[in-house]
Amino acid sequence: MARARQAYDGVVLAAPTTIPYQRFSTETAHWWIARALAECLKTAGIRPAELDGFAVSSFSLFPDTAVGLTQHLGLTPRWLDHIPMGGASGIAALRRAARAVQAGDVDVVACVAGDTNQVDSFRRMLSSFSRFAQDASYPYGAGGPNASFALLTDHYMQKFGATREDFGRICVAQRDNALKNPHAVMKAPLTLDQYLSARMISDPIALFDCVMPVAGSEAFLVMREDDARAAGLPHAHIRSTIERHNAFPEDAIQMRGGWAMDIDELYAMADAKSDDIDLLQTYDDYPVISMMQFEDLGFCAKGEGPEFVRGKDLTIDGDFPHNTSGGQLSAGQAGAAGGYIGLVEAIRQVTGTAGPTQVAGARTAMVSGFGMINYDRGVCSNAAIISGAGA
Amino acid sequence: MTDPLSPPPKKDPQKRTRVPALPSGMRSRAALGLAVAAAEGRFMLQGCEACGALQYPPRDACSTCLSVDLKWRDVEPTGQLIAETTVRTSTSVYFRERTPWRVGSVKLDAGPSVMAHVHGDVAREAAVRLINRLDKSGQGVFFALPVDGSANMADDPQLRELTADPKFRRVLITDARNENSVALAKAFADAGATTIFVGEPEGWRPYPHRAALAAIANVAIVPLDVTDTQSVTELAGEIGGKTDILVNNARFIRPGGIMDRGDTVFARDEFETNVLGLMRLAQAFGPPMRNRGADGVNSAAAWVNILSVYAYANMPAYGVFSASNAAALSLSQCLRAEMAPGGVRVLNVYTGPTEDEWHQPLPPPKVAPSALARSVVAGLKDGLEDVYVGDVAKDLIERWRQGPKLLEREMIAEAGEAR
Ligand SMILES: [Zn+2]
Repeated sequence: MARARQAYDGVVLAAPTTIPYQRFSTETAHWWIARALAECLKTAGIRPAELDGFAVSSFSLFPDTAVGLTQHLGLTPRWLDHIPMGGASGIAALRRAARAVQAGDVDVVACVAGDTNQVDSFRRMLSSFSRFAQDASYPYGAGGPNASFALLTDHYMQKFGATREDFGRICVAQRDNALKNPHAVMKAPLTLDQYLSARMISDPIALFDCVMPVAGSEAFLVMREDDARAAGLPHAHIRSTIERHNAFPEDAIQMRGGWAMDIDELYAMADAKSDDIDLLQTYDDYPVISMMQFEDLGFCAKGEGPEFVRGKDLTIDGDFPHNTSGGQLSAGQAGAAGGYIGLVEAIRQVTGTAGPTQVAGARTAMVSGFGMINYDRGVCSNAAIISGAGA
Repeated sequence: MTDPLSPPPKKDPQKRTRVPALPSGMRSRAALGLAVAAAEGRFMLQGCEACGALQYPPRDACSTCLSVDLKWRDVEPTGQLIAETTVRTSTSVYFRERTPWRVGSVKLDAGPSVMAHVHGDVAREAAVRLINRLDKSGQGVFFALPVDGSANMADDPQLRELTADPKFRRVLITDARNENSVALAKAFADAGATTIFVGEPEGWRPYPHRAALAAIANVAIVPLDVTDTQSVTELAGEIGGKTDILVNNARFIRPGGIMDRGDTVFARDEFETNVLGLMRLAQAFGPPMRNRGADGVNSAAAWVNILSVYAYANMPAYGVFSASNAAALSLSQCLRAEMAPGGVRVLNVYTGPTEDEWHQPLPPPKVAPSALARSVVAGLKDGLEDVYVGDVAKDLIERWRQGPKLLEREMIAEAGEAR
């Protein structure tokens, strides 16, 4: 057993912020990040020039990074981070910022992710996403993540007997949740029949298995608990986190993520069991990945994901509330903000500020991140358990 | 089972020829090693010289021990298809025009998993044999085939994108007077070529094998002298738009180096045919072929140069002929770059001494016309760009790989022994 880790005492998460997504935008990533940062700081009553720490994630900021943004946005932080981990960016930002605040290197960090979605930006991003993708996956049909996840899905179905209906249950429940989220891009109900009869994109991935790329941004603050209290900000405690990169490189194809290596530590550090989790926010770029997370995060055993979703109600009012804002599958994938959407929604949930998507009595949430199909599998994975003040 | 390829319909001259689109050719420098191997049809991966671990995708450092000493090595090309998908929506124009497109994950028996194009006759989760071939962008890609082959296997539309199969294609072979023209024409006829144009210089002069050549199915003898710009241009005006494969077979050869010749007359002839002939042909036939790189079943597919392997290292006994072939090799590299936008490949077939009157004093082994012709057609069917025919050529390129400067010295020493 590894050495016990220091708790995240005295550090909290506050000011969860979502700028409503748009299908396409002529604006830049800079614009979207500025809007999320402005609103987040306004919530906390902090002037931009006073901002102490800043963590940024974005795919479409090129040629800029967090460095260029400081000058562009007039910030003079003493702590700065740029986190290129895609869907793992939110929890990665939380982990780094929390320790910096705890150590006194910085008092408050604004964590922001945002991307634009211009008409041709998706194609341009795919062809140069990573060196391995450029060399060894993009030349094979140029199907992008749809094709890569289709392979993982196909393999998972063969190995564990999952059916398209099983994945459909995840998607349909999330659409149900999205209908309660006024900012979700998807506004029409989705039935299992519609899911099953949708056109194939990259077999067995069909239309409703794919996220819709959108423009948007998300933000939250990591700050000292005393400061949050003084400002009267609702806030959430960080009970435990884990992070892992390039786990199980010996697996011939991905059927588990790095969570499986570290899940015991996640529960032990929080002194919690899976039953204590009131809601779960998984990284849902494709439903097979959410199903793997149900398994790897300890809610069922490996291979039991299909059985698990058959027996659970994944909606806001159900017995296993999951991706309560609709997730990326129904709210849209705003680039790197897709790595924030679950975390920002979870902060709202455990602080009782989720409004129409609020899970009754939610106190403790688990959030997981998953990022970057560098070649044939997602490389970055992480997770956190957070609780509201009453927990 | 693959549907047998249907002969292409007659082309409607009113219809626009499809502009060749290419799959993405962007690669890291390490990944270019795959194209080098694919040009010869070899299935290779990087292996670590320190710990032996095989690597994929291509890297700059070993993912087992961090050694930077990685070398490409031939690997057993067998594995199992562990997952597959059919891409129906692609961001690439090239694939969009060709969907549905089948790809899969193959777990190699040698270790790594690789993404590969998948032949239509491979069953789900089946064992496969992988090949490494050049795609239309000229980059090496993996393709999974049924282990035991299948009926009409070569007709699979995805596989045909990686080959320059003569089936249903129209071929121009230059130099009917060259003794090997009969064997070449016959090999193309056997491979299902629709029309085999054979260019004939100086048609008024008889030559012994003309009747045999004319008797081969689908052969059309046409006037063509590669040393005469007007002759080349005229023929290109007639058949340039329907030449799918061009075999640059003209060669002028005389024994001798520099000092055993009293003048530059033969040298001039050698360069006129072997170098400028290639250039004239390419100037006239290159543009229409490049434009027709995506023109359906009988798209323009390949340009073939038959070169002496002594293009790599001068053989003093045929010193000037070697020099002309070195120049032609260099030009072929230029041509490859210029043909690339059309997805038309340039196949160089390197041969050692051939079985003909000019090599009569040399001892065997020599390359017979039939062997040369077989290699040309096999190379096209396999989609290769570098083919070495016969033991002499294979031996020489192996020595060249081990050290070109060492080979240079060996060639001088061998010339001394022969004297
Ligand atoms: Zn090694």
